[in-house]
Amino acid sequence: MAKKEYAFYPGCSSQSKASAANLQTSVAAMCKTLDIKLTNIPDWNCCGASIAYAGGGELERAVMNARNFTLAAKHLPGQDIVATCAACWLNSRESKDKLDGNPQMLAQANEALKEAGLNYQGSAPVRHMVEVLIEDFGYDALKKPVVKSLAEIKFAGYVGCQTNRPFGIAGESFENPMYLDQLVESMGGEALTAYDQKVTCCGGALAFSEPDKSQKQIRDIVEAAYDQGADMLVTPCPLCQANVEVYQSEINRKQGTKFKMPIVYYSQLMAVAYGSSVKAAGLDGHIIAPTKLQQIAAKK
Amino acid sequence: MQALRTTGHQGIPAVAARYRNNFLKEVEAHVEDGEWVKMCMQCGVCAGSCPFGPHWEHPPQEIFMMIRAGKRDEVLKSDAMWMCTSCYNCVVRCPRKLPITQIMHGIASYAQELGLAPKNQPTRDFSIQFWNNCTKTGRVNEMKLTVGLYFKDGLVSGIKQVMNMLPVAIGLIKAGRLNPFELISGHSPKDQKGIAAMLKKARAIEAQRAPATH
Repeated sequence: MAKKEYAFYPGCSSQSKASAANLQTSVAAMCKTLDIKLTNIPDWNCCGASIAYAGGGELERAVMNARNFTLAAKHLPGQDIVATCAACWLNSRESKDKLDGNPQMLAQANEALKEAGLNYQGSAPVRHMVEVLIEDFGYDALKKPVVKSLAEIKFAGYVGCQTNRPFGIAGESFENPMYLDQLVESMGGEALTAYDQKVTCCGGALAFSEPDKSQKQIRDIVEAAYDQGADMLVTPCPLCQANVEVYQSEINRKQGTKFKMPIVYYSQLMAVAYGSSVKAAGLDGHIIAPTKLQQIAAKK
Repeated sequence: MQALRTTGHQGIPAVAARYRNNFLKEVEAHVEDGEWVKMCMQCGVCAGSCPFGPHWEHPPQEIFMMIRAGKRDEVLKSDAMWMCTSCYNCVVRCPRKLPITQIMHGIASYAQELGLAPKNQPTRDFSIQFWNNCTKTGRVNEMKLTVGLYFKDGLVSGIKQVMNMLPVAIGLIKAGRLNPFELISGHSPKDQKGIAAMLKKARAIEAQRAPATH
């Protein structure tokens, strides 16, 4: 298969030693196997995430994203823009829809962009890495490079919110998307399709500002995984991953539970199935160790 | 933040007077996606779909009706909109396809702009901190964001929160996912000057576009 090239928007949390650094590590390993070349958008900036609305207005947030699109179109012409972070993808897409659909906003955005020496004249679409995998490769092609079976592991697929709503993956339902389960099965793992907290919100950014309310959400997400006999949760979203992993100890401390449910990225289990080591799959980047997946990765 | 000017004799904020106290028209003109508000048919699916539903002083459909009923202060001073987690569940379920999440952000943002948002509302505070953090250099500095959040209510409560979360922080540092040196310097784009100038211009355009106080 010919090499596929994309303009990559890593986002703040995927940088080295940031909260989703291990997502980036595993994505790199997965892409190497699939012969995907990701080139960072030169000098990219933050998308503004979902929580910046009290500080930045609609135009300011759109301009942040327009700068990234313009740099992508200038330096990596013709390449689709790909994000691995749910919030990066959502906010970029939302801004792009507004800029491309509203001539007044576009004119104002360009007036602001001029200050940075740039001009936005449209760009390639903004896509999620999962869309690339499913649409540009397909489950059968993703299965081909598998060298290690994940058959011993039971995965509860936790899709979360922003990879799923409001845009989602084409052809999937908002209430019960199946692609994560299908990815797990393609890698030979056992997908617990009856897991019922698949699209529950973890609290998102409000895990910081409203910890008790968010921890109630996280408790539901983790408890349901235990109810299904899961070995670990798997998610596409960096904030879901961080919130669900990080706050289990807080819930244990406050509520006397004994949660210790690992949560990994889809790209980590794919990297392991493709033969990556513990380190290359970013499995050394967890507070709650995904032991069963680490064991398979460590096997020769 | 801009102070509200009043019309004088009645003490009504000028912006409200300009819309002859028609709050719906004011929202349509100034709030992101505000023109959708009148489309709400009061079914309440949004309220039932919200993960933080029980915590809203007024759920979205109530906010929409209050806007139509002209309850300007009650809406803008409420902390309801600040409960939005941006999960978009209400958006995909709304039978009228209202962009409810965006409208809630828009109303919160407008309340903040007018200085009417509740003080010490934790999500409001975090939102402002986040924006200031990510626009300072152009990328988020997670270490400064976390520390800033924990110490926002003073040293004592900050130390208490840090002590609670210390094992987690050490775990993250060991896992290579938190960098204490970011307190000194973090990741950033090269063209920080350009980004700052661009944002300054965008803010100036927005101030012109939505002249809320004259």
